[in-house]
Amino acid sequence: MTEMARKAVKAGIPIFIGYFPAAVAFGILAKGYDVSLLETFLFSAVVFAGASQFIALNLLVSGVGYMGIILTTLLVNFRHFLMSAYLSRRMGALAGKYKFLMAFGVTDEVFSVLSFTPGSLSKTFVFVLQVSAYTGWVSGTLAGYILGGFLPQVLTQSMGIALYSLLLAVLLPELKKSCRILLLTISSGILNTVLVKMAILPDGWTIIVCIVVIALAGAFFIEDELGDSVDG
Amino acid sequence: MDNLIFLIAGMAAVTYGPRLAPFLFLGDRKIPGRVDAFLKCIPAAAIGALIIPGVFNAIPEAPVAVLCGMAFTIIAGLWKGGVIVPVIGSVLVVYFILLL
Repeated sequence: MTEMARKAVKAGIPIFIGYFPAAVAFGILAKGYDVSLLETFLFSAVVFAGASQFIALNLLVSGVGYMGIILTTLLVNFRHFLMSAYLSRRMGALAGKYKFLMAFGVTDEVFSVLSFTPGSLSKTFVFVLQVSAYTGWVSGTLAGYILGGFLPQVLTQSMGIALYSLLLAVLLPELKKSCRILLLTISSGILNTVLVKMAILPDGWTIIVCIVVIALAGAFFIEDELGDSVDG
Repeated sequence: MDNLIFLIAGMAAVTYGPRLAPFLFLGDRKIPGRVDAFLKCIPAAAIGALIIPGVFNAIPEAPVAVLCGMAFTIIAGLWKGGVIVPVIGSVLVVYFILLL
């Protein structure tokens, strides 16, 4: 295994640990709603977007039509547009013809790990990371559907912290280097808290508003230092 | 439940579209410096909103356990770096607190 692949597996394991139990929950829920095994598998295998899949199941059961669910999915997942915008610049010409695959694997966690990985990103690194995330999500879905609640409940509950811990862990080295990143991160968290409490935006849009507002503020007030440290 | 394939296809399309579009239209094209600065600020802005306030509700029944787990993440992350130890350690911290 190359050094890059090894690094990617190391970064991929925490994503797997975070996705797997969430996907198990999705599999169990889908089965409870009488969705077939094939359809449940396809939800995870071709949509591959955690929160929106849960929301879709909820809306289905509440009798919302397909168009309504698809529109909600668009809104909930639109934040990936901004994440892809960043990643497409970061990858540049390197993405080449692989961009169609690479774009499919853009999730919150994959994006976060890639963003805060210093230096240039290799294709191997990106794919190994995305494959570990994808395997965690799809295998968890199947395991949940077929085996039901086979993990001890306390363990599943505990794994609820994994993705947040991962996001914080990838951010920490950058925080040590730059107060400006800390400032952007904290202000974005505060803004998001306010927006969530106000509850006027649809699911997924509080994050989009935070990214746009805070990144704009960052671009106008602290561009140079930030650009350097993130690109490292 | 009737045929869900159409729903799944529709959801897949509206999810993949926004993920793919920037790779097709942005890539390594020349863009104004200010826009580039905006894009470079996206990770820091995104990660703040992804963590807060969601983390406080990560395990609704055990907010204190979550805070202890996140504290472990900070200590392990700042001390050793990497992601495996901070993440697996935080899960274990929460696990043991829940078992108590």
